Amino acid sequence: MIAAFEWHIFWDRIVHPDHVFAQALWRTVYIAVLAQVFGVALGLVSALMRMSRFRVLRILGGMYVLVVRGTPVIVQIFFIYFGANLFLGFDLVPRTVGLGPVSLSGAVVAGIVALSINEGAYMSEIIRAGIDSVDKGQMEAARSLGMPHGLGMRRIVLPQAARVIVPPLGNEFNNMLKTTSLLAFIGVYELFLDADVHYSSTFKPSEYFAAVAFWYLMLTVIWSVIQAWIEGRLAASERGDQLSFWERVREAWAPVPGRLWGRAAR
Amino acid sequence: MGAGAGPALGKGGEVSAAQPIVRAEEVVKRFGRLEVLSGVSLDVAPGETVCVIGPSGSGKTTFIRCINHLEKIDGGRIEVNGHLIGYREQNGKLVEDSEGNIARQRCEIGMVFQRFNLFPHMTALENIIEAPVRVRNVDKARAVADAEALLDRVGLADKRDTYPGKLSGGQQQRVAIARALAMKPALMLFDEPTSALDPETIGEVLEVMKELAREGMTMMVVTHEMGFAREAADRVVMMDAGRIIEEGTPEHFFTSPDNERTQQFLSKIL
Repeated sequence: MIAAFEWHIFWDRIVHPDHVFAQALWRTVYIAVLAQVFGVALGLVSALMRMSRFRVLRILGGMYVLVVRGTPVIVQIFFIYFGANLFLGFDLVPRTVGLGPVSLSGAVVAGIVALSINEGAYMSEIIRAGIDSVDKGQMEAARSLGMPHGLGMRRIVLPQAARVIVPPLGNEFNNMLKTTSLLAFIGVYELFLDADVHYSSTFKPSEYFAAVAFWYLMLTVIWSVIQAWIEGRLAASERGDQLSFWERVREAWAPVPGRLWGRAAR
Repeated sequence: MGAGAGPALGKGGEVSAAQPIVRAEEVVKRFGRLEVLSGVSLDVAPGETVCVIGPSGSGKTTFIRCINHLEKIDGGRIEVNGHLIGYREQNGKLVEDSEGNIARQRCEIGMVFQRFNLFPHMTALENIIEAPVRVRNVDKARAVADAEALLDRVGLADKRDTYPGKLSGGQQQRVAIARALAMKPALMLFDEPTSALDPETIGEVLEVMKELAREGMTMMVVTHEMGFAREAADRVVMMDAGRIIEEGTPEHFFTSPDNERTQQFLSKIL
């Protein structure tokens, strides 16, 4: 007998999200955002390492990308959470991690670490391609003006590379929102585990998984709107348009990122 | 920043009354197995404008890129203002200098590129103040005032807040000249500054360069503009196959060149 789809369960999950669900949703979002931010930072560092004058750094950066992109993310998550503790002989990831006023469960921290490391390898490729896309004459001009390599990179090359980096970065974050669901397997109570818990107690897989799919879809749709808006602003600044109200707000409130995003390149 | 007259590191160590701004001795440069410079020697006196001409592939662009160490050299030595460029002497050998020192030396050497290389994400003014503010630590208000004066000098005061993408080639190149001048360099290098320009905008760039030469800036100009060489150069240097094959005053050069290769080249280009 085919079980009938019980619409009221599905609607209830969407229209009346409970408190536990809201926390799970929030956890999914902040894990994705943090892992993406750290992933971009790791990607930048490893991209610069791979473009370094020093062979050792190039090799290290290359190994990182090779190993991380060549292994499944779920294996990396398990390795960090379960494996690393045994491997290192001490608790890399304690049960709870206190960060001043907030304390996070060890699983959440391990999850963020694993996803950041994974993301960094993919961002490394994207950032390197972005830097490569900037005309070599830009760095030569910077150097000819007496700028050391690092300053030229930061002030001249990276702001122009940002234009190329932002669209694929948006796709990466879309992926990240969904990949957080794998953290359910190390016990992080996020969207997917919330659905799984309800499924286990009711044996209504279709309703609960359809509902959680809807919520993931909501997250990615909202993100795609934000992404389009950011890319629109980038395109506008490429044309040398006047700063819009929001760009000026960003300039005023975000001292460093303001340059990287708002005025990035033509 | 090397303002005081340091001891000349030249071979003989002689410090003459008019120490040359540029002293290149037997510069050798190879790209893999191809030797692009086979021992180029040239002195440029303060205030002198030297035009470097020659067929493509003769090494003239490579040569001036060696002078601010955008290219490493494989032999010989280059001094600017008495300071060895790109290398330091260690036990009688030349070792590549630290990045910071090379960057400091480049502050004294302005460079203008064939394809302008303006920073497209900055306005004309921002392009000009970037290096003075970030590298020389000039006060921003002061840098802006200087930049405005420079823009005025190259005839682009009204383009202060324009992005390079909205400027013509000639205007971009004039901003690029102003950007290089903002560092108050002792020497200006021009690498085919008009080769990428539409014919109608070449004149405005050459005008700015002539003015600069008249004001006594020391300049090395790689160019195919023989009119400019004739009018503005104190000396013309002809390169071929990685060597300087002839040098002299413009009058000598364009009326009675000695070298057969020079004669051929000029007959084709003039």
